[in-house]
Amino acid sequence: MGAASFEQVSGPGTAQRLAVSGRLTIAHIADVIEPLRAIEPNGSALAIDLAGVERIDTAGAWLIHRLVATWTAAGVPAAVENASEDARRLIAEVGSNDIAVAMRPSRGSAITTRFASIGSAVVAMTDNIGSFLAFLGHTMVVLGQTLIGRRPLRWNAVIHQCESIGVNALGIVGLLLFLVGIVVAQQGAVQLRAFGAEVFVVNLIGRSIMRELGILLTAIMVAGRSASAFAAQIGSMKLNQEIDALATIGMSPIEVLVVPRVLAMGLMLLLLGFYGAVMAVIGGGLFCWFALDIPPITFVQRLQEVTPLSDMIIGLIKAPVFGIIIAMMGCFQGMQVTGNAESVGTRTTRAVVESIFVVIVLDAFFAVFFSALGYN
Amino acid sequence: MADLSPILPDTDDIVIRVRGLLTRFGDQVIHDSLDLDVRRGEIIGIVGGSGTGKSVLMRAIIGLQTPAEGEITILGQDARTGTTADAKDLRRRWGVLFQEGALFSSLTVAENIQVPMREFLALPEALMAELAGYKVAMVGLPAEAGPKYPSELSGGMKKRAGLARALSLDPQLLFLDEPTAGLDPISAAAFDELIKVLKETLGLTVFLITHDLDTLHAICDRVAVIGDKKVLAVGTIAELLSFDHVWVHEYFAGPRGRAAHSGAPKPMKAA
Repeated sequence: MGAASFEQVSGPGTAQRLAVSGRLTIAHIADVIEPLRAIEPNGSALAIDLAGVERIDTAGAWLIHRLVATWTAAGVPAAVENASEDARRLIAEVGSNDIAVAMRPSRGSAITTRFASIGSAVVAMTDNIGSFLAFLGHTMVVLGQTLIGRRPLRWNAVIHQCESIGVNALGIVGLLLFLVGIVVAQQGAVQLRAFGAEVFVVNLIGRSIMRELGILLTAIMVAGRSASAFAAQIGSMKLNQEIDALATIGMSPIEVLVVPRVLAMGLMLLLLGFYGAVMAVIGGGLFCWFALDIPPITFVQRLQEVTPLSDMIIGLIKAPVFGIIIAMMGCFQGMQVTGNAESVGTRTTRAVVESIFVVIVLDAFFAVFFSALGYN
Repeated sequence: MADLSPILPDTDDIVIRVRGLLTRFGDQVIHDSLDLDVRRGEIIGIVGGSGTGKSVLMRAIIGLQTPAEGEITILGQDARTGTTADAKDLRRRWGVLFQEGALFSSLTVAENIQVPMREFLALPEALMAELAGYKVAMVGLPAEAGPKYPSELSGGMKKRAGLARALSLDPQLLFLDEPTAGLDPISAAAFDELIKVLKETLGLTVFLITHDLDTLHAICDRVAVIGDKKVLAVGTIAELLSFDHVWVHEYFAGPRGRAAHSGAPKPMKAA
């Protein structure tokens, strides 16, 4: 009873005998695996007596088969005796499926593998840039055709996207920018107090928020919220062959899925950027009122004096550009999903990381560009 | 007329016992006071129209879906109560094949098969590799499939690999959700034969959801028909042919049912 065990009834001689007993099942064979494998073929024939076996499963049958096969391969006869009908059948079944299987795909040497992975990373990167340019071009063409009326614009989709990108983000964007406004005012006040120039906090808030922070932070927030959503939505549609289905029905996936998202994102980021900037100014203004005793009326007056209209226009010019690029990055990564669900995850991450990166790089370009034009 | 009641006498050796099962999603009731008994060592086929809750019943039995009411006992245990150790032990004694195979996508086929072995047992690497190789061959996959990732396999191959993983620990109970759907007829017949051999040699009890009439005829000892939120009848196909219900009659005596019937070797006798 209990775990499998075996005993060598007779050792090397004219006829060897091995009596196996107990439960020859996967949960009970742990103790006999190594000893059984260690029995080397030698001289005379081996008989394996299975009379004492209570239960046997495929793992146990495999061990017996393995033993017989090793001996037979070495030219020494080995046979199973007194096995029940089921055990005999199971051992035969196991034996008929004896193949060697590799656990993992084979790899070359460490050095060539390293070079190969560097090479394929470079190829993948170039390929990715190429694909993105192709995607960008394709989207631009379809967008152009839509704008001049050669393709229908899917208003329902645009409105739906506007809701999920814009309206649903009002709470989080508003709260984030409101807090940032307070932080800018507070940190500015601490530094400016040293010069007795606390009132210049208003300049700091007005100019930095309107021109840079408002739109930049909104864009980063929206990239995290919506670029990931686009990549995941389109990616799972790709896996589910919905994109193929659209194409076979004769609907362009770019026209149906990408253009509405790009247009909605361009428009919504413009509005959200403005809203975010206003929330940040409100946050800063409230801080000035409560902590620095600058009443709202003075704050607004001073804000008008020190913040040129050009700052706000520069901020708002950037918004749709950021929006369009974020939407395109998200949709592009979604379209690149292939194979399995894991790829949806990696592509979603890349959509967020790359769109935030591109937004910041573009923002730097805009800053240099507008300064060169003389808008300081 | 034979007794087609889903409830078997207590004298039988019952491995799965379902009593008064009520499952619902929101307001939608899927099963209402459903009863079912499965004997040890039999292959029970579960049939029913689309959306009658065949997969939901399987999920309820294996504890993935919490029923609103009712009792489910498997191998003498309630899958939902009992200690963590009991629950783990129970899971060691069954294998489940999901419709799409549900292989872990970040592991190769061979590694997928080894997952339960690594989790529950301490076996030498060499033996685990041999056992994985054997399981790969047993379910009819070529040796090249072992080191492949699930995304590189066809639908039928994924199913076979899923079965190999379900059989990894030589379970007593096997749950199969549409194992032959999407397989070519030759592979499907080989699959049926494999299940039969495993059942006969290992004494497996198989809970088989299928729409494949050929599979029902070829390997099922009894067939349970689900409809009207209950198990309508359980019996051999021959017995079910005489059951007076429109859906059951159309299912087994319709053109496809008759074709499968005439092609079957001979009607199975009740166990």
